[in-house]
Amino acid sequence: MRRSLLFIPANQPGMLQNADVFEADAVIFDLEDAVFASEKDAALELLNAFLDAIPLNKVEVMVRINGLDTDQGLIDLKHIVSEKIDTIMLPKANLDVLNSCSDILDELELNYQMLKRISIVPIIEDADACFHAYEIAKHPRVSGLLLGAEDLAKDLEVERTDASFEIFFARSQVIYAAKAHQKDAIDTPYVSTKNEEGLILDAKYAKSLGMNAKACIHPNQIDIINEIFSPSKADIEQALRIIKAMDDPNNKEKGAFSLDGKMIDKPIIERALKTIEKAKKYQLI
Amino acid sequence: MKNSLGRFVPHGFIPYESDEAYLKLKRHTISKTLSKNKDKLVSSMSQLFDILNIKDGMCLSFHHHLRNGDGVLNMVLDEIKQRNLKNMVLAPSAIFPVHAPMVELIKSGHITKIYTNYVNGPVAEAISQGFLKDLLLMDTHGGRPRAIESGELKIDVAFIAVPTSDKDGHGHGISGPSACGVLGYPIPDLYYASKKVVITDHLASDINPKDIDGNYVDYVLKVDSIGDPKGIQSGTTKPTTDPIQLKIARQTVKLMDALGYIKEGLSFQTGAGGTSLAVAQGLKKIMEEKKIKGSFASGGITYLLVEMLEAKLFEKLYDVQCFDLNAVESYKKNNHHLFMSASTYGNPLEEHPIVNDLDVVILGATEVDLHFNVNVTTSSSGMLMGGSGGHADTAYGAKCTIITTNLMKSRLPIIKKEVKTITTPGSSIDCIVTERGIAINPKRTDLIEKLKDSKLHIVPIESLYAYAIKMTGNPEETKMTHKKVIGVCRYRDGSVIDTLYQV
Repeated sequence: MRRSLLFIPANQPGMLQNADVFEADAVIFDLEDAVFASEKDAALELLNAFLDAIPLNKVEVMVRINGLDTDQGLIDLKHIVSEKIDTIMLPKANLDVLNSCSDILDELELNYQMLKRISIVPIIEDADACFHAYEIAKHPRVSGLLLGAEDLAKDLEVERTDASFEIFFARSQVIYAAKAHQKDAIDTPYVSTKNEEGLILDAKYAKSLGMNAKACIHPNQIDIINEIFSPSKADIEQALRIIKAMDDPNNKEKGAFSLDGKMIDKPIIERALKTIEKAKKYQLI
Repeated sequence: MKNSLGRFVPHGFIPYESDEAYLKLKRHTISKTLSKNKDKLVSSMSQLFDILNIKDGMCLSFHHHLRNGDGVLNMVLDEIKQRNLKNMVLAPSAIFPVHAPMVELIKSGHITKIYTNYVNGPVAEAISQGFLKDLLLMDTHGGRPRAIESGELKIDVAFIAVPTSDKDGHGHGISGPSACGVLGYPIPDLYYASKKVVITDHLASDINPKDIDGNYVDYVLKVDSIGDPKGIQSGTTKPTTDPIQLKIARQTVKLMDALGYIKEGLSFQTGAGGTSLAVAQGLKKIMEEKKIKGSFASGGITYLLVEMLEAKLFEKLYDVQCFDLNAVESYKKNNHHLFMSASTYGNPLEEHPIVNDLDVVILGATEVDLHFNVNVTTSSSGMLMGGSGGHADTAYGAKCTIITTNLMKSRLPIIKKEVKTITTPGSSIDCIVTERGIAINPKRTDLIEKLKDSKLHIVPIESLYAYAIKMTGNPEETKMTHKKVIGVCRYRDGSVIDTLYQV
């Protein structure tokens, strides 16, 4: 369960040291696009040393490795997989790459005698991955799908726009695939880091479609994303009322009951329970 | 001799006892000196020096409203140099990089002693390097008027830069080519210096308001320019966009809210730095949401406080200096934007200084120690780079003093076992807000009780220190090669809170 995921270039010590300051639900240490080819090995070394030295506080630790179609991708996996990380973010994902990554993780976890099972968040960033999102999300190691809209636009040969009509289908694919398997649907970052209003509109729209989290590339975007993807005060109050009504002895034995003249049945109760679960996790109640 | 905080006090000075020791003092003021002159206009700085018989060893004072655009102090320095005056004592309320020409005169012995509340730039470096023959005496903004009115700081001639003046010396700072707004700092000099001179670059008639009362002015000198307007505006004019500082600002506003200070009648002060402006911005938002009207905001005034006044989020502003042109305009047109002298602002011996009515003040820090003592005077290596200004005054007066600071800056921990120089005693500091948690002074059990069910990350200051040291290592203390005393930091009551050393 995530709301915000912050990308941090793995070759920037000043940014690494503040990774857990900003209250993102997950930090994604980026070994891929944010790091020049000539600095890949140094970034990997720095990230490892950082994770060894500094335990991060209450934050999911993700690492975006280089693509497994490159030598560096495999090197990244071999060196970074450990109990210190929670999730591998897998670029240029498709079913073959995902299976390959999972196999390597099986082997590394066994070799390193790890107690933890590393999850994978594949990035859906080309037309092929978009079409196979359902199968990708189904994989047991996958804990969420991230839409990578910038690369996808390149693949589609379309321009990225603020209105984002060009990624409507991809967003829907990611959402339906993820939700079908109870995984997180993670929206693409909003790249205009100084445009707060644009971010708010974009994030609200993504949430309205069914996204339950959003990645970001600047710490100043986190508060907005957390607020939008958290249950609202009104949602929490209503959920608490539903749970209270459900516990009423008059309603307990019924499959459905009435609250404020509206029918409350199993899906609504389950949604209320999920809202409460999220509210507790995010310390909203 | 050591003071109650364990800091060395040079012979002849009163050691700091506590932040409430001033309560034992009685207010004695020397007579205010009205001018009998009828014809006050003089033609040149040289003529002024002749008329006033300025000679070796005299004390000359200045204000800092023109900040890093000030041209007046440098004009006087020129004349001192030309006349080869020796052992001069200067008492500018603050010294900025623009005053670099002073360095040569310090090294040559023309200037041998300085009183100020803030020093930054080449002059700070020269003094830190031990070039000032006598001592640097650093006061607070409230302590300076106390020292002047008592005659403890005896000023022979006050040179008062005034952006608009008439030929009788009535003046203000709201118009003219060097308009800088409110002139709150020179008022004690105007009343109590032996002789007072207005230096202006804009002579006018029908002066209104008469912030500078010409009845106290002996001479008026019209010059081509008293300063560079570009340097007059404060350095920072926008809220920070730095993510760490923004987080600190947000936490600060949440802390104020959790402590119950954001309510009807709130009185508030903050500075002009990026984090301070971000706090003001956050406070504005929450006051608008909750439809709260505060009583006043005070201190140096920025456009954000002006916006809050205009949005009726505060009933009035008490202004000792304007940090930007929006504040100047507001003071001009809004009669709820009020003039405040340095004494009214923070003089501990005033019957009711404004600082004592503050609910919350937001302040910065160069270093904080485990006893909550704050240094804003020197770097961690002991080099002069600032001074109290109103830090110690507002920290004492406000019901809640909040320090906002990064836990680490440039790989240095900001929270340390001991600060290099104590500017403001820990007894006046209530909360430290960093990006990794908020520490509450254990003496403020009332605040701790209010926060017991809060979701804010409240931690002991020792935990913040331990984290910082874990990240940065324990920096080796800079060894003082000479241990030569170069000055003292005086608390607002005039006692010495710490001693400054050559680096």
